[in-house]
Amino acid sequence: MNVRDELKDDRARRARFGRRALAGFAIMLALVMVVAGRFVYLQVFQHTEYSTRAKANRVRLKHLPPPRGLIYDAAGKLLADNVPAFRLDVVPDKVEHMHAMLRQLSAVVPLTDDDIRRFQQSLKQHRPFDAVPLKFRLTESERDSFAINQWRFPGVSVAPYLTRNYPYGAAFAHVIGYVGRIDEREEQRLDPDRYAGSTHIGKTGLEKEYENLLHGTPGYEVVEVNANQRPLRVLQRVAAKPGKNLYLTIDERLQHAAIAALDGQTGAAVAIDPRNGNVLAMVTIPSFDPNLFVNGISQADYTALLDNPEKPLLNRAMRGGYPPGSTIKPFLGLGGLELGLRKPADTVLSTGTYYIPGSSRGYRDDTRHGAGRVNLMQAITQSVNTYFYSLAYQMGIKRFDEWMGKFGFGKPTGIDLPDETGGVLPSPEWKRKTFKQPWYPGETVISGIGQGYWMVTPLQMAHALAALAGNGQSHTPHLLAATSDGLGAPEVPYPQPKPVQITHDPADLAAVKQGMLGVVYSPQGTAYASGIGKGFPYLIAGKTGTAERYSRTTDAYNTNKNLAYLASRHRAWFTAYAPADHPQIAVAVVLEHGAWGGSAAAPIARKILDQWLADTPPSERPPITVTAHAAPAAASGTTTAPTTP
Amino acid sequence: MNELAASLAMRARRLGRRVLSRPRIDLPLAIGLLILALIGLTVLYSASNLDAGTLAGQATRFAIGAILMLAISRIPPNLLRAWTPWFYAIGVLLLVVVKVLGEGQGANRWLDIGVVRFQPSELMKLAMPMVIAWYLHPRPLPPRWRDLALTGVLIAVPAYLIIKQPDLGTALLVAASGLFVWFLAGLQWWKIGGALVAVAAAAPVAWHFMHDYQRQRIITFLHPENDPLGSGWHILQSMIAVGSGGMFGKGFNQGTQSKLEFLPEHTTDFIFAVLGEEFGLVGVLVLLLVYAFIVGRCLWIAANARDTWSRLVAGAFALAFMVYVIVNGGMIAGLLPVVGVPLPLVSYGGTSAITLLAGFGVVMSIHAHRKWTP
Repeated sequence: MNVRDELKDDRARRARFGRRALAGFAIMLALVMVVAGRFVYLQVFQHTEYSTRAKANRVRLKHLPPPRGLIYDAAGKLLADNVPAFRLDVVPDKVEHMHAMLRQLSAVVPLTDDDIRRFQQSLKQHRPFDAVPLKFRLTESERDSFAINQWRFPGVSVAPYLTRNYPYGAAFAHVIGYVGRIDEREEQRLDPDRYAGSTHIGKTGLEKEYENLLHGTPGYEVVEVNANQRPLRVLQRVAAKPGKNLYLTIDERLQHAAIAALDGQTGAAVAIDPRNGNVLAMVTIPSFDPNLFVNGISQADYTALLDNPEKPLLNRAMRGGYPPGSTIKPFLGLGGLELGLRKPADTVLSTGTYYIPGSSRGYRDDTRHGAGRVNLMQAITQSVNTYFYSLAYQMGIKRFDEWMGKFGFGKPTGIDLPDETGGVLPSPEWKRKTFKQPWYPGETVISGIGQGYWMVTPLQMAHALAALAGNGQSHTPHLLAATSDGLGAPEVPYPQPKPVQITHDPADLAAVKQGMLGVVYSPQGTAYASGIGKGFPYLIAGKTGTAERYSRTTDAYNTNKNLAYLASRHRAWFTAYAPADHPQIAVAVVLEHGAWGGSAAAPIARKILDQWLADTPPSERPPITVTAHAAPAAASGTTTAPTTP
Repeated sequence: MNELAASLAMRARRLGRRVLSRPRIDLPLAIGLLILALIGLTVLYSASNLDAGTLAGQATRFAIGAILMLAISRIPPNLLRAWTPWFYAIGVLLLVVVKVLGEGQGANRWLDIGVVRFQPSELMKLAMPMVIAWYLHPRPLPPRWRDLALTGVLIAVPAYLIIKQPDLGTALLVAASGLFVWFLAGLQWWKIGGALVAVAAAAPVAWHFMHDYQRQRIITFLHPENDPLGSGWHILQSMIAVGSGGMFGKGFNQGTQSKLEFLPEHTTDFIFAVLGEEFGLVGVLVLLLVYAFIVGRCLWIAANARDTWSRLVAGAFALAFMVYVIVNGGMIAGLLPVVGVPLPLVSYGGTSAITLLAGFGVVMSIHAHRKWTP
C-alpha cells in the first residue's frame, strides 16, 4: 500500500469513525433521555404520591432467620438441637465512637480480645445500618448489668436467638461437625436473601454436607416504627420456614460403646451395616467438643487443640491413612479365586522367606521357618505372607489394582461427609505421579500383604469389608437415612445410590469366610488367643492386621519383644463381621499405638459387636456350628508354587 | 553517586515544573470533570451524614486520580499503545490472582496489597477498550470475522473471570467497553442488528436454564411490591427517595429517606437517589448534563485524534462511561434490576474513581498529542 492509499484509507477510517461516534453519542443521548424521562415521571408526575409515601415511611423490615433443622440418631435421640440464648448486637451507624464505646462497654459486659477481633472483622462485611453481633451467649448476670446501662450505649441491644447445641459433645464431633459464624468468604458466596439475618453456617461434618437441607427459608416482619425508630406494631409477618430435620443411620448407643471400647487409645472404629451401607458408628479418638466452635472458639482453646500431639481435630475415621497390613488378605485371596488364578484348595509352601523367581531378595513370613503347605483358608487364618506374596506376584500389579479398586481402596467411599480422603492403592501410575519413579516387581509383592505405599482409612476398610460380608454387594456408605419437615411431619427416606455387585461366585465368598472364621475360632487363628469368639451368640468372621510404620532396617526388631516398643512401630487393625451367616454389621478398628491386631484391636471390635447384637432375642440366633476350618483338606493339595505369573 | 542523585533530582524538578507550567490538559474536559467532582463531593458529604472522614478520603482519591491523570496525559499515545498488551495481561493476571486468593481466604473481588485494596475488575474497564483497539488498529476495518473472533476471546476471558467472582453487572460493563470498540471500528449495522436479535432470541432459553433464585430476582425487579425482602425493598425505597424529591428537592442534608436509613448503600451504589431526593429533578438534570458534556467532549477529542488506536480508545472509553451513568440511573429510577454499579466519580469508592481519572488521562494525552507525528 503506497502513501497515498494509506492516507486515503486513513481519511476513510476517520470519516467512518466520525459517523460512528456521532451515532454512538446519539444513542447514548437517547438512553439518557429515557432515564431523564423516568426521573421526570417520578419527580413531577408521581411526586405527590411518593412524597406521601416518604412521609408515611414508618415501615421497617426485620429479617427472621429460620430455625436450623435438628439432627437425630437412628433411635430418635437428639444429636444437634437449638437452644434459646441472648447476644449483644451493635448497629455501627448509630455508634459515634466505636473504640470508646467498646472500651466503656467492656466494663459492663466483659469482652475478650477474641470477641472484639471477630466483631471488627464482621463490621467490614456488614452494611452500616445492619446489626452486627458482638458477643454471643450472654449469661444472665451479663444481661442484667447491660440492661441497667443500656441508655449509655445507643445502637447496642440485646437480641434473643437460637444457638446450636450438641448434647453429646465430643462423641459425634467428627460426624455431625459444627456450625460457626459466617465468615467473609462465605458471605460472598451465599445467597443474601436466603441468609438474611442468619449468623451461622455449617462448617464441618454433616452440618456442612447438608447445609442446604438444614438451613431453611427466612421469614420477615414488616414493623411500623415511630420517628425515633422505635417499633410500634407488626403490620405483616411471614414466618420463617425451619430447616429439615435429619434422621441418621448412626446409633448413639453403639457410638458410645465404641468410644468406651477404644478407651482413650488413639485410633478409630467404623461400623457399617453390610445390607444397605448404613453407617452405624464412626468413632475417632481423641475428639473435641464441637460446642466450643459454635460461638467462636477462644484462641487459647484453639491453640490447645492444634498443639495436642494426638491431633484431636483430625477425623481419623475418614481422613486418617494407615497401612492396612494383613487386613487386605481376604480381599486379595478372593481376587485369586474370582480371577481364576487359584482354587480354594490349592496350596503354597511357606518356608519363612519368599523369593521372586530368579531373584535373591527375600520377603519374610511372620514365623521364622514358615507355616508349611497352606491353602487359602489356612493362609487367611494364620495370615501367611508367602501365600499372598506369590498371589500378588502372580496376579500382577495391574489386575491387583483393578480388583482391589472394586472394593473402594484408593478412592473416597463417597460417604455423605465433606473432605473425605481416598488413601493410596499402590499402582505404577500413582508412584510415577508421586515420586516420578518406575515400579519394581518387589513392590507388587509387598503390596500383597498391605505394606509398601498402601494407605487406607478406617472408613474405607469397613466399607470394603461390608461388601465382602454383604454377598459381594457394595453399597455407598451413608449417614443420612431420612429427612422431615418438622416434628410430626412424615420422615421421607433419603435416596441412596444403587449398590454394585463385585463378586460372582458365592463359593468363592464362602471359602474366604471360612478363612476369616478360622482367624477367630481355629487354635492357629491370629485372633484365637484373644478369645473374642468365646461367649458370643453368633459366629464372628474376622481378620487381624499389624502394619509396620517403618521398614525393618535393624535386627532390633527380632530381639526386642517389648510391647511398648512394638506399639510405637505398629498400627494394629482388626476387621470383623457378624453374624457370619447373615451379616448385620461390619466393623473396622485401627489403633495408632497398638502392638498386635489380634491382641489389641480384636477385643475392641468384639465389644462393638456385643453392643449391636446382644439384645437380639435368642430365638433369632443362628445355631453355632463350627465347620471345616480346623483342618484343611490335605488330600486336595495340588501344589501351586507359582513359577511365572 | 551524589552527582547521579543531583541530576535525577534536577530532572524530576524540571519534569514537575513542565507538567505544572504547561499541563497538557484539555481545559473544557478538565472543567467538566472538576464540576462533576464538586457535585460528587457535595452529595457524598450529605449522604455520609456530614462525615468529614469520608469526604477527606474521597477528596484524597480524587487528588491521586488527578495527579495520575496529569502524568498520563504527558505520555505519547503510541507509547501507551505499545504498553497496552502488558497492561491487559497484568489486568487479567490480577483477576486470576484474585480468583486464586479468593479460594483460600477473604474477598473475591478485592486485592489487598498492604495499604491499598483495589478491584482488578475496575482496571479492566480501561484495559479492555485499549487492548481491543490495539489489536484492531493495524488491521483492515471494519473488522473481519477472524478479527472479531480473536478480539471476542480477548473480551470473553476477563468477562468470564469477573462473572465468576461473581459480579455479573461489572462483567457486562467490561464486556460492553470492548464491544464499543467493535462498534466504533465500523462493525456493519446488519451484524449489530443480528447480534441483538440473537440475544433477544436467547433470552427465553437463558430463562429456561436459570436457577430458581435468579428467576426470582427478575420477577422481583418486575414486581418490587410483591417481595419487600432484599432487592425489591431497595428499588422501592430508592423510587420513594427520588419521587419525593420533586422538582427542586428537599435541600442539602434534608433527605429523610437516606437520613432515616430507608435507603440502602446510600454513599455508594444508591448515591444518585440521595441527589434526586435532596436536589430534585433540577439536580438530576444538571448532573446528567455534565455527564453528557464530558462524554461529548471525549468523543470530539476522539474524532480529531491522529491515529486509529487513539480514536477507538477515546471513543469507546467515553461511550462506556456514559453507559455506567445510564445503568446506575436506570437502577435508581427502577428501570433496571439492582446491579452493583457505582455512579462514576460520585459514588464513594477508590479504584473506580482512580481508574476513571487515569482513563481521562489517556484521553487528554490523545488530545495533547493530536498534532504530534510519530
